[in-house]
Amino acid sequence: MNLAALMIADSRFPGGGHVHSGGLEEAVSRRLVHDEASLRSFLVGRLRTAGALGAVFAAAACGGRYAELDAELDARTPSPAQRNASRVQGRGIARAARRAWPSAALDELLRLTPRPHHPIIVGVLVGEPFAAAQTAAYHAVTGPATGAIRLLGLDPFGVNAVLARLAPRIDAIAAMAADHVGTPPEDLPAPSAPALDLLAEAHDRHHSEEVRLFVS
Amino acid sequence: MSADHVHPVNFDPADAGHDPHEAHEPHEHRAVRIGIGGPVGSGKTALTAALCRALGGSVNLAVVTNDIYTTEDADFLRAAGVLDVERIEAVQTGACPHTAIRDDITANLDAVELLEHRIPGLELVIIESGGDNLTAVFSRGLVDRQIFVVDVAGGDKVPRKGGPGVTTADLLVINKTDLAPMVGADLGVMTADAHRMRGALPVISQSLVDTPDAPAVADWVRAQLRTLAAVS
Repeated sequence: MNLAALMIADSRFPGGGHVHSGGLEEAVSRRLVHDEASLRSFLVGRLRTAGALGAVFAAAACGGRYAELDAELDARTPSPAQRNASRVQGRGIARAARRAWPSAALDELLRLTPRPHHPIIVGVLVGEPFAAAQTAAYHAVTGPATGAIRLLGLDPFGVNAVLARLAPRIDAIAAMAADHVGTPPEDLPAPSAPALDLLAEAHDRHHSEEVRLFVS
Repeated sequence: MSADHVHPVNFDPADAGHDPHEAHEPHEHRAVRIGIGGPVGSGKTALTAALCRALGGSVNLAVVTNDIYTTEDADFLRAAGVLDVERIEAVQTGACPHTAIRDDITANLDAVELLEHRIPGLELVIIESGGDNLTAVFSRGLVDRQIFVVDVAGGDKVPRKGGPGVTTADLLVINKTDLAPMVGADLGVMTADAHRMRGALPVISQSLVDTPDAPAVADWVRAQLRTLAAVS
């Protein structure tokens, strides 16, 4: 059991994740997500795309080459709002990690950029490719799941069961990501979800027009 | 599709585009941070605006608003004309205002550091929490001092109900004293209860109708700035 992975995945971890919904708030405001079934569909889609991308980069970051991974992940994240959400959360984890898990690898990453992408700093802190990938993939769905409880008042036991039933998919993605250890950064997979990119951009635009409760 | 149709998202893969998000590095200089918390409608934003008016001329200050209605509160401060827009940052709390000031202060620290980076020589950041309940307090990792605001119209039993906001805040403000006769609140009971619950910690009763610039609270803030400057 990897304790750093458990702590980072814990919703009580003070890394700033609780103000991000991963596009869920925008999806709710468009009534694309309104109950457990539509939430599950949203989460499955997010896991296969953003979740798989994060998992692959978290696993890869266990082996260094941070500068290349940072650039490659930027290139795979076309939406500026999503790049910002990833870096803001990475910076939040960095603030906690400097106190909790100081290391030479962390110093090296933060010298390169004080705002690392979220999956990359997760990989550096967790250190084991499968556990790091699992953490990143799980993170891709827990934020939106909690957001749905807060925004829609969904039954927390129902939402928790939806998350639990994603376990085989999360593990399969983590295994795929761990298999890519050693793949050159430029050849890593690039799963994407244009709909999530558009939701993220729309959410960002709406911040300047009307009230939004989450940052992303 | 007409040629002049401007799509909100640029799909040109070769165009990295302008990144609208302001990046910032942690800054060496650290401003004094004072939190203002309290229940919904107790007058936190009005007190913040009053402090900006009272202190803005002599203290280099900025404000972080935290509310589920962030844009509304930030707009209130902007409309009050008490601060330049660049001195106000609004934080989204993910529908959990107390989490953002107590359990996970990351978004607020980011906002404070952004203001410190943007405004050279910043001396004071006022962090206004979203309206919450009597159990909400600021983390000592976020603020140096905190003010808890309750109001007469919220009921004269509030101070005796206690809770960490009332009992542990560095200053308790009993607001809207001008309304006491209209809502049948007993100010004597409120202040006596407040002192009983708080021991030696200070209590200020005020009405921004009678004293729009909150002079007593502004004096308390000035005293805190002197104390904190002396120890740093």
